[in-house]
Amino acid sequence: MNRLLPFFGFMLLVLLFGFGIWWNSQHDQSAIPSPLLNKPAPAFVLPKLYEPTQTVSKSDLLGKPYLLNVFASWCVECGAEHPVLEAEGPSLGVQLVGYNYKDAPADAKRWLAEHGNPYNVLIADEPGSTAIDFGVYGAPESFLIDAKGVIRYKHIGPLTPDVVASELKPAIAALSHETQP
Amino acid sequence: MTPELGQLALILALLLALAQGILPLFGAWRGNRALMAVARPAAAGQAVFVALAFGILVWAFVHFDFSVQYVADNSNLALPWYYRIAALWGAHEGSLLLWIFILNVWTVALAAFSQKLPEVFAARVLAVMGLIAVGFLAFIIFTSDPFGRLLPMPGDGADLNPVLQDPGMTFHPPVLYTGYVGFSVAFAFSIAALLGGELEQAWVRWARPWTNIAWAFLTCGIVAGSWWAYAELGWGGWWFWDPVENASFMPWLVGLALIHAQAVTEKRGSLRAWTILLSIFAFSLSLLGTFLVRSGVLTSVHAFASDPRRGVFILAFLTIVVGGSLLLYALRAPKVAGGKAFQLASRETVLLIGNLMFAVAAAMVLLGTLFPLIGDALNMGRISVGPPYFGFLFPLLMLPVVLLLPFGPFLRWGKGDTPVLKQVLLRAGIAAAACAIVAAFFVHGQLKAIAGVASLVWLTVGVLLYAIKRWHEVPRGRRYPAEMAGMLLAHLGVGVFVAGVLLSESLSVTSDVRMAPGQTQHIGGYDFLFDGVHRTTGPNWRADQGVVTVTRDGNPVAVMHPQKRTYLRGQVQTESAVDAGITRDLYVALGEPMDPNHIEGAWALRLYYKPFIRWIWGGGLLMMLGGFVCAADKRFRIKRIAESESTEGLLVQENHA
Repeated sequence: MNRLLPFFGFMLLVLLFGFGIWWNSQHDQSAIPSPLLNKPAPAFVLPKLYEPTQTVSKSDLLGKPYLLNVFASWCVECGAEHPVLEAEGPSLGVQLVGYNYKDAPADAKRWLAEHGNPYNVLIADEPGSTAIDFGVYGAPESFLIDAKGVIRYKHIGPLTPDVVASELKPAIAALSHETQP
Repeated sequence: MTPELGQLALILALLLALAQGILPLFGAWRGNRALMAVARPAAAGQAVFVALAFGILVWAFVHFDFSVQYVADNSNLALPWYYRIAALWGAHEGSLLLWIFILNVWTVALAAFSQKLPEVFAARVLAVMGLIAVGFLAFIIFTSDPFGRLLPMPGDGADLNPVLQDPGMTFHPPVLYTGYVGFSVAFAFSIAALLGGELEQAWVRWARPWTNIAWAFLTCGIVAGSWWAYAELGWGGWWFWDPVENASFMPWLVGLALIHAQAVTEKRGSLRAWTILLSIFAFSLSLLGTFLVRSGVLTSVHAFASDPRRGVFILAFLTIVVGGSLLLYALRAPKVAGGKAFQLASRETVLLIGNLMFAVAAAMVLLGTLFPLIGDALNMGRISVGPPYFGFLFPLLMLPVVLLLPFGPFLRWGKGDTPVLKQVLLRAGIAAAACAIVAAFFVHGQLKAIAGVASLVWLTVGVLLYAIKRWHEVPRGRRYPAEMAGMLLAHLGVGVFVAGVLLSESLSVTSDVRMAPGQTQHIGGYDFLFDGVHRTTGPNWRADQGVVTVTRDGNPVAVMHPQKRTYLRGQVQTESAVDAGITRDLYVALGEPMDPNHIEGAWALRLYYKPFIRWIWGGGLLMMLGGFVCAADKRFRIKRIAESESTEGLLVQENHA
């Protein structure tokens, strides 16, 4: 019996690995749960893209849920995401806040002129320092922030019609259930 | 046309591996000498075809054959020729081809040097090697074909991962794999012993040099990897407890235990079952490492490919090989504890404690590595443990090893001799304490640094005392046989390594600073003058290159050129500049420009002063050297002629060329 112990120990390991393979085929590996999820969004004060002398702060946006979309003109994937935002943005039922990330303002404006502007509010984080508080590690990223300023959903990478339908819209629906009981 | 030949060669190699794996085993069981004799020619044939496939892929890389998907994915026209060859092991498919190629090198060596072994035993050993080859060849052919075509053929390829475009990295995988795969030999010996129910322990002596060489290669590979991470990743760290590092570290720890356990079994006959178990574990952990890296079960910066089909295949293979051998162990391991009895204060006890510590450390690393997976399985979410877990537990486990190490050689087999121990304790202890007190003044009372000096002196004096004792007591010529010399070297290496780790960790000075051209920073007694950044180009990259002039008290020390490279396909890679020295490294890495549009302006720079960091790798290299020297001992050359003269030796030699 004693001599079978290593064998049984190894079989436990095999079960664990089998589980691991199964788990990975079911779950997206890049979906690291953000430590910010269900936590208050970091406080920020950022200039507007088109009126750099005016700023928008976190408290300005409280009261209504909004989708904060991190984008940049240099980001190829953002180009792929943009038509989705243009098409789905108005029907989401939340404000769309464009967060221009590490971008030269002139480049960003040219890019928006070319591709269209789906955003209700546009803020610019040219040095990218506020984005660190949000844990942004690339563009595009999207944060759904509720009326109380709490991050309720986060998506890394471009929003595709699929993601919008299966993840973002249910998350928004969950918010409206809370506010209108 | 040639890539298809490569595929064909792999298929033929698989068929020969099947013959090598099955027929000799059957022959050994039925006492059929003709079947047993298949092992060597089949092994040689397999090696020829694997080498052919390997050569064809190298040829495709060298000649820019972008019609081969793997070549197109991992190289391009601008890549220098040496990196095009190294690109072969730059991704999944080629790494496996390298794995099987090295397995064949080991098998051929084994076939050549095993001719004096008993016929039945050698046949079984080679058959086990053949079965391992079957698994890997099937894995390559069915899930990871390196010769797949890409049509239409692109005009140029993508790029080799730029982190791999470094001399350290071209050299690291083959050496590491040589170590990994080398444990298959000790494994094959153990399985053959279990199958044959060998009553005598002679096979352990035959296995010992192979284990030592494999372990030495693994040591070298890990040192190269650590040095590469230090030089290339730009953080100045030398070990990150990354899952892939752990994957190579676990077999190393178990291999270390195995080396010492084999010594006990060979000389005293005890720990027989433990030695067999360790041989199985060492190779299993090598396979496990391959599984962890290649299946994508754990994500890591290293994980290149993850395809669930591959994961399932390796898991099935792992289950058969490891599960099968552990079952065989349960059924056939020597029933009697065996060996000679030993007292508490004997060499066996010390070696056993060391063994236990290494095994527990390997289990600890395994647990830490698999923690995220266990977290998922128990539905606790993805939890990972990092350096704090390893950094706390590992030193704790190694402390008894460091403390006991000087006593090991002084102790006799079987029975204790306490007066000698007191003498050693007194001399080494006083020396260590004295040096620690002196050191305390130099390092401003940093405990870690003092401990580093103390352990260096403790271990070195311990080793030297034993060397002196041998000098006095043993007649000339027999004082330091290779086995002994290797042991002393490796143990010295432990001291150098521990000192390097503790001193560099406690005394390093790091500074992340913003520097405008012309500014000077004062770190660790050196003045770093930043002379600005300019553009430069290489064969397949362009770079922002900084110039930092280092002086000490006005005397020039070094001019350093840290780079931030952008490769053809847009990947960015930091090239740190290192001014190496025995007592200190100076290390400069470029961060980001303050204004991306004006690279000639101010930059964020990382400046490090790292005392004694070379000692970490120096210690590792001493351990490696110890392993090689040990393996060269005359005692390990097989003197006994097998029952019958083998004639097939000629064949192997022909093919070996």
